[in-house]
Amino acid sequence: MTSLSPAPRSRGLAVFATLLAIALLVAVAAVGESVRAGITTSPELSTFSIWVMAAGLALGAVTLWTAVSALRHSFRSAREEAAGEVLASRASAAQSRQQSFVTFGLAFAIVIAFALIQLVLINDGNIQRTFLRGDLMASSALDIARAFIVNIRLAFISGVIVLVFGLVLAIARMIPGKAGAPVRFLAVAYIDLMRAVPAIIVLYLIGFGLPLTNLPLLSGLNAEWFAIMALSLTYSAYVAEVYRSGIASIHPSQWAASRSLGFSYLQTLRFFILPQAMRLVIPPMLSTFIALQKDTSLVNVIGTLDAFNQAKFYASSTFNLSSVTVVAILFVIITIPQTRFVDWMLERGASRRKGA
Amino acid sequence: MAFIELSGIEKSYSGHQVLKGIDLDVEKHQVVTLIGASGSGKSTLLRCINALETIDRGTVSVDGDVVSGPGVDLDRLRRKVGMVFQSFNLFPHMTVEENIAVGPIRLLGEDRGAALKRARELLERVNLAHRAGYYPDQLSGGQQQRVAIVRAIAMRPEALLLDEITSALDPELVAEVLNIVRDLARDGMTMILATHEMQFAREVSDVVVFLEQGKLLEKGPPAQIFGEPKEERTRAFLKQIIEAGRL
Repeated sequence: MTSLSPAPRSRGLAVFATLLAIALLVAVAAVGESVRAGITTSPELSTFSIWVMAAGLALGAVTLWTAVSALRHSFRSAREEAAGEVLASRASAAQSRQQSFVTFGLAFAIVIAFALIQLVLINDGNIQRTFLRGDLMASSALDIARAFIVNIRLAFISGVIVLVFGLVLAIARMIPGKAGAPVRFLAVAYIDLMRAVPAIIVLYLIGFGLPLTNLPLLSGLNAEWFAIMALSLTYSAYVAEVYRSGIASIHPSQWAASRSLGFSYLQTLRFFILPQAMRLVIPPMLSTFIALQKDTSLVNVIGTLDAFNQAKFYASSTFNLSSVTVVAILFVIITIPQTRFVDWMLERGASRRKGA
Repeated sequence: MAFIELSGIEKSYSGHQVLKGIDLDVEKHQVVTLIGASGSGKSTLLRCINALETIDRGTVSVDGDVVSGPGVDLDRLRRKVGMVFQSFNLFPHMTVEENIAVGPIRLLGEDRGAALKRARELLERVNLAHRAGYYPDQLSGGQQQRVAIVRAIAMRPEALLLDEITSALDPELVAEVLNIVRDLARDGMTMILATHEMQFAREVSDVVVFLEQGKLLEKGPPAQIFGEPKEERTRAFLKQIIEAGRL
């Protein structure tokens, strides 16, 4: 004697999804229209808001379609249950619930996206005019992009220095034995200190302080080199900790295996521990480098003409922040490919070792 | 003079004494098996012989040279005395043949091509020639352990320490690893092994040593230890093993 448990309930969800989709359509139309009515000064913006509304309504219609589909499957489930086809009824109910949840997900995304765009358009497009004026962005873009090369150069040169110096610090911090104690102490002190002091203060002290010291060589460098120095000193401390965490997460049995073959401490680090640790530290290392790239914009405090500084000139002469938005966009543009590149590298490394 | 001589070995971990004065001589070409319950000190003793652990008291000498205490070239000692671990410990970022050849290339100064060729020849002997270019993750436990043994052999050691090398393996993979140890014993390799495989210990050993709580309680030829153990504790241990169906 078998008794089949009934299909899961789907009706309530499907009805709710349908009501939600209808409410979404109404809200998009009402909010969109009232915002559009507020736009009086710019015909382009008005047209744009109509397009946004149309897109919102079209997506709302898709949402309604999935909601109705949920409802249909729910009804079918009921019919099948009445006919005694419990298994089929379960399948239909599951489908109905699935469609309901898809509706919720879509509706959520549409609400957020639509609200953000309306925020830009609201109040006669004030936000758009403050941050996103196309004409000002276009006219400042070339100069800013040119100045952005300074940011890239700072990030790249500091990045290379940081990679090397950070590793030296990490190894200094892990040097074994009594003889290594003073070295370990120095490394720990340096890392603690440089992680504690804000990058902008290091930059300020070096940028304005070193020229006053009359030190041979050092005081004569230009502002860009001071910036590189400050960023390298600061970020090496972070990167040292990233390396150290990677080295520490290699299982001690790898040390035992290498030492038992007769490899010395340093040989073990070089041939077995570091190559494995490098793979582990790639993602946190990338985060640190993105932070470093962004912090190149701090150099405006010592007067280096980077993208941000250039944008500020435009901003103060036009009383508008659109040129600064350009800088933000440039940072996004150079960061995203790096993230994808690292994802791809990790993927490749993993599939090679698993022998895909 | 025995090839490996241990006298009065003592070792503590943060107040807990794991080895309480062990004396043991191992002759060249001898196979000595350490048996005893978990925590009896078998693995620690092996790790003390090639100085992966430092000893608190006593001396270790290998081939007539004292190798414990300060001022010893441990890296040279370890090239003489190879070790195989319970958890294989292959290098995951290197292929099988690189795992085997890295020691000879970097430490013995062998030519890269020649070392890789020899690695493949050694792999042939353990029926793993077709896995030379694979990464350790792609191999079964038994295959990984066979590679680990070959990696140790590739350094041309004069003695091998085998630390419970079948304990992490699925039962059906144990035989393929033990067969290699059997071959090595036949070829005259000096070996000290810690194991729970009593049947195998009985068959392959020249001397069986029973450790309990850090002390060497009894040692003798396998027929005597397994057949007529003198010590009450040894009898109790073997009885448990027999009840578990492992002997």
